Amino acid sequence: MTVALSGKEIAGQLEGKFPGSIVESGRDCIVVNSDSLLAVAAFLKDTQGLDLDYLNYITAIDYYDHFEVVYQLVSLEHNHSLVLKTRCYQRDNPTLLSVVNLWQGADFQEREIYDLMGIRFEGHPNMKRIVLWEGFQGHPLRKDYL
Amino acid sequence: MALKTEPFVLNIGPAHPSTHGVFRMRSTLDGEVIVDMEPVFGYLHRGIEKLAEERTYTGVIPLTDRLDYLASMSNNLAYCLAVEKLAGIEVPERAEYLRVILAELQRIASHLIAVGAFLNDCGAFMTPILYMIREREKILDLFDMVCGQRLTYNFMRVGGVSQDIPEEFLPALRRFVGQMPGFIDEYDRFLKENEILLARAKGVGILTREMAINSSAGGPVLRGSGVKWDIRKADPYSIYDRFEFDIPTGAAGDCYDRYRVRVEEMRQSVRIIKQAMEQLPSGPVRSEVPHLIHPPVGEAYAHIEAPKGELGFYLVSDNSIAPYRCHVRAPSLINLTALRDMVVGWKIADAIIIFGSIDICMGEVDR
Repeated sequence: MTVALSGKEIAGQLEGKFPGSIVESGRDCIVVNSDSLLAVAAFLKDTQGLDLDYLNYITAIDYYDHFEVVYQLVSLEHNHSLVLKTRCYQRDNPTLLSVVNLWQGADFQEREIYDLMGIRFEGHPNMKRIVLWEGFQGHPLRKDYL
Repeated sequence: MALKTEPFVLNIGPAHPSTHGVFRMRSTLDGEVIVDMEPVFGYLHRGIEKLAEERTYTGVIPLTDRLDYLASMSNNLAYCLAVEKLAGIEVPERAEYLRVILAELQRIASHLIAVGAFLNDCGAFMTPILYMIREREKILDLFDMVCGQRLTYNFMRVGGVSQDIPEEFLPALRRFVGQMPGFIDEYDRFLKENEILLARAKGVGILTREMAINSSAGGPVLRGSGVKWDIRKADPYSIYDRFEFDIPTGAAGDCYDRYRVRVEEMRQSVRIIKQAMEQLPSGPVRSEVPHLIHPPVGEAYAHIEAPKGELGFYLVSDNSIAPYRCHVRAPSLINLTALRDMVVGWKIADAIIIFGSIDICMGEVDR
């Protein structure tokens, strides 16, 4: 069985290392400040004992007043997982830092989120639409796209 | 005198027999050698994730059929597991067994197409794939018996399956499981040590273990690179913890290893089906589930080992009758991430088989 790491415990570790990075922590997830996303992600990936080296999926949800971006991280070696979330409160031009340099698996998924949800990932080498054509207006997975 | 050359761009696809759907490899070539490649897709994008937000939880099941249309049963299963997790719904024993039997049959059917198409790409034009389609036909007949459909089954339901299997299903299944290992042996005799296949596939398109993990590859692509990771063992869903089976892995991470992993997995699937048939209990096949499901506010992610890799559904509920958000973790899309690194440096003809060895379904890539 894949063990879900306790969000509260990880949040405790992170709070000491990166003060102010944690917004919230739940049973199996942590919500981090979007500014510290990259530092936290690198820490989770490279810390011995955590070794969350497999980015299972990324997705984004539109909650009208903010976007939530969800990363599920897995360690194939220890068979445990953690859900990392971050929030983006801007609607006109939401941006986040790209994790593609840590996990190549983020490449197409971040482009898809940009295409369908309109969140731009800074530092991504090829940030353009992926399933819709260039010149398409709007981002269809947003709740206000009808 | 040195010949003056310059790189040029060649579009392989979107409509090309070797791209297995509408997929374009925008390749930059130096002579015949690929120096850069960008996958271009989206031609089959139907907005399934958006459509799901406007349908009831049960109404999404037919949409999932149209993701990986070579493995609709697996898609049904992954989606139903996610809704069951979200709403806390139990599944009767008999339904669990039927789900396992059908999901494993689906794995064999999907791998038969994968292996056949791969051999097609290698140049063994049409002969092997027709044999594989012959066997797959028997599986489609079995599916036809249980739900009257051959491709888009819409068979599984939240809380079980839509109906019990007919009388003639089990004898036909028994016949199929009896024949299948012999069939795998038969074509292994022709292909396993085939010199042309070895020359074309061994050492070609290597995906190292590190690259496979870093690019989030899954399924036979990940296992071909030597990572022993199978959701059925790592995070058993349904009743997979009750069956004995092995996880075949490769070593080099080349096209041949991915091909071998699929062949061995078919044998393992037959093993699982045999055990499930023996243990199949009687009883109801569907628990009492309200017509309109209102899961509590929250989110759930359920995943399965689909034929092409880890297939997961991430659902968010706002307590209404439709999902607030339905995200598909599509193995075909994510397995393509490393394609560029795998084909650069190889010739066009190799790129075709490297792409074929990943085994994708465009319905799932584009959604």
